[in-house]
Amino acid sequence: MRAAVMLMLALALAACSEKPQQVGGNDRSPAWDGTKDGFSVPGWTAGDRASWQSQLDARAQNQNEYRRIGTTH
Amino acid sequence: MARMKFICDAERCIECNGCVTACKAENNVPWGMNRRRVVTLNDGVPGEKSISVACMHCSDAPCMAVCPVDCFYRTDDGVVLHDKDVCIGCGYCSYACPFGAPQFPSNGTFGLRGKMDKCTFCAGGPEVNGSEAEFEKYGRNRLSEGKLPLCAEVCSTKALLGGEGDVVADILRVRVLARGKGSELWGWGTAYGKPAAPAPAKPQGSKS
Repeated sequence: MRAAVMLMLALALAACSEKPQQVGGNDRSPAWDGTKDGFSVPGWTAGDRASWQSQLDARAQNQNEYRRIGTTH
Repeated sequence: MARMKFICDAERCIECNGCVTACKAENNVPWGMNRRRVVTLNDGVPGEKSISVACMHCSDAPCMAVCPVDCFYRTDDGVVLHDKDVCIGCGYCSYACPFGAPQFPSNGTFGLRGKMDKCTFCAGGPEVNGSEAEFEKYGRNRLSEGKLPLCAEVCSTKALLGGEGDVVADILRVRVLARGKGSELWGWGTAYGKPAAPAPAKPQGSKS
């Protein structure tokens, strides 16, 4: 009986946990360092600013239909 | 050095608010706040124009100048970001910004203003890139994923351009040359005004 109560208490209190919080992450690492969230697009190397910049410039050209579609006017 | 900028082509914006919706969804912006919104100038008057407005990541940002706790910083690629752990919610940036970019949550008790929130150019904040803490405070960090802000990428008419300043300015220039009009950058001139004409020279011998 006592063991069951202890188990129930432990389970109940487990819900009281909270995520660790940190004041002032202040990582401020540059964007070209990349991320580990798994959503990065291929085609550039994390940590290489030049390749990151060329990746963004190439992606920006997707907004340019004159180049995307291949017509001049 | 790269300078990330937004440009809104007023000749193309159809006021669909797709950018607003994309921003809210991507960054989990809470109810009552919009980091981006579509503004119609001269509404109802023939020739009215609509532009999509958010933080323009000014090179000489007035919000940075007035912040009493210096919570703003500019990244190496020209994006103006802020640290919510430092912000005290005074609202000075809101008065200083000509674009109305700083937003404050309005769901606090007794009108409590809370921490300022604004467009981050999808570049997150001072937390670790792509971390959960960064997402909760600032939203997605698409730049560190090699992507551009979603508002610009999702724009159906490509009115809203986002990216490196020279690149997006070049895209707009090609358009203007092709259509022969619409070179005015609505937004920048409206907010900051046009350069003042030089004062007329005073006639010789006159008293001030």
